Amino acid sequence: MDELFKKLSEDIRFQEGLSACINCGTCTAICPAAQFYNYDPRIIADTLQHHDEQELDALLKSDQIWMCGECLSCKTRCPRNNVPGYLIQALRALSIETGLFVNSEKGRQQLAIKRTVGEHILAYGYCVHIDEIDTVMYPEQGPVWDWMRKNRVQVLNRLGAKYNQSTAGTLRKIPEESLNDLKKIFEVTGANERFNQIEEYSEKKAADLGIQFDSGKDNDYFRYVYSNEKNNI
Amino acid sequence: MNIEKKKKSWESYQKEIADNHYYFARSCIRQNFFPASEDFFLKVLKDILKKDIYDDPLQTTCTGIAYHSGIIPFETTMVVVARQFALMNEAGYENFVCSCVTSFGIYSEILETWKHFPEKELKTRELLKKATGKEFRIPKNLVHTSDVIYKFRKEIASLSKFRLINKETRQPLKIVDHIGCHYAKIFPEKGIGGAEYPYVLAGLIDEWGGAQVDYPERRHCCGFGFRQYLVQANRGYSLSNSKRKFDSMEPYKPDAIIANCPGCSFFLDRWQYVISEIDGKTYGGNQYGIPVLTYEELTGLILGYNPWDLGMQIHQVAVEPFLDKLGINYCREDKYKGLNGENIGKPISPPNIKIY
Repeated sequence: MDELFKKLSEDIRFQEGLSACINCGTCTAICPAAQFYNYDPRIIADTLQHHDEQELDALLKSDQIWMCGECLSCKTRCPRNNVPGYLIQALRALSIETGLFVNSEKGRQQLAIKRTVGEHILAYGYCVHIDEIDTVMYPEQGPVWDWMRKNRVQVLNRLGAKYNQSTAGTLRKIPEESLNDLKKIFEVTGANERFNQIEEYSEKKAADLGIQFDSGKDNDYFRYVYSNEKNNI
Repeated sequence: MNIEKKKKSWESYQKEIADNHYYFARSCIRQNFFPASEDFFLKVLKDILKKDIYDDPLQTTCTGIAYHSGIIPFETTMVVVARQFALMNEAGYENFVCSCVTSFGIYSEILETWKHFPEKELKTRELLKKATGKEFRIPKNLVHTSDVIYKFRKEIASLSKFRLINKETRQPLKIVDHIGCHYAKIFPEKGIGGAEYPYVLAGLIDEWGGAQVDYPERRHCCGFGFRQYLVQANRGYSLSNSKRKFDSMEPYKPDAIIANCPGCSFFLDRWQYVISEIDGKTYGGNQYGIPVLTYEELTGLILGYNPWDLGMQIHQVAVEPFLDKLGINYCREDKYKGLNGENIGKPISPPNIKIY
């Protein structure tokens, strides 16, 4: 078996996601991504059942596999129990592992997600945290968020939250023992390895593109992947 | 489909919801953007319904958003979830109730995966032990917080001070129910009413006197899309999907939207503000938007709680038109006060949508 397909076939998401697609297009009809992007989950499923290594290589380098929103509406509706959303999960994992994700604009965005959501988890124990969300990066939060953030101690106290406190409750400070558990889990389950892959391939790509690269959010490559709108809606 | 047929369809998807003794798993998004809702849920369970529910300081994110964004492997999420189960066991509970729909989908998916791939469960146990020294037992009962409110909707109705009735016209208020995709689209049998006719929120509307709004895009995704929102360049996806829903529901003139998913509640609120900024368009009439409520906020209102103690001042879409229709007596001047009435200013008013 060809190398890429061999790896893809080992992923349980691939095993669960594809039996035999009959190309009915039900998934595409219901897919929110297909309504706004040039994206077609039926074609993803059909391409994969060709078992063509070159076609798979092209998919892994494409924007296509990054357009799904993982709502999993396709899982509900497919009459043959295929799940294009699961296939996308397997394709994304393989695209990162092989470094092919940096070939597409949307693939390169993984660095921005790793440096926001990924790093928030290890620093705070939350996927998102009020201290990291501002209206510069998230302008749709609106003026209410600016007001709340500026007055977060008073507002959160009024609402009974336990912001940054070492106790149970809303927005409490996650104890060190829990953060340490998360760090050890990330180490033994391959999350740190995936983070490193995203960082290393991104750094090489930035060098190829001649774009300044550094850690954190205050550098040209982060801004380039986070807000570049060339190929978007 | 007529109402009787729909009721039969709903009845075919019922699920077991434990009656008492819950381990409570919090939501990252709700703690940040709806910080009063989870505590009000706990208040309803503990103080009003006299149930036992444990809020564990040791819990963490389930990592679901990271998993669905493709930045961490499934194995990582499985072991983090196994750790949450271990914490539940250590606290002496076996009924797991989670506040986030993404988490509910994650927990359900992992338990289902372990049935089909038992070697994954064994590997998860091995990795959890290696990383944390912990062991776990699978929950006896796994539900979402909205399931629990649904289960006790009649008890809540019996204590209510308000019905979902327009104070002036005496007609039922028209309520849009929006169900997070991962509540029942992944596993329809795990949601009340299934994926096509979910009844978990519609049941609250019916029981509390309101009228459901059956509009064409009722089951469409809010557009969160995980990486489609998290990366600024992709947000057109998220905005466009929400707009599709607003345009579809607008002719039915809904009085409010309720949602059971953290992300959906947030996006259906914030994108109305953005659409007003981009197009000058508002959906609620008189330059207001359509108020978007969590199911706990709606519960609190009908039970007679102060909307500003429920956290409704930190919505970007003003809730006052809905409060006025309900006939709730509230103080406009207190909306943006801090603890003990402290004056902390108020948000800037956007040009095209009224927020107070």
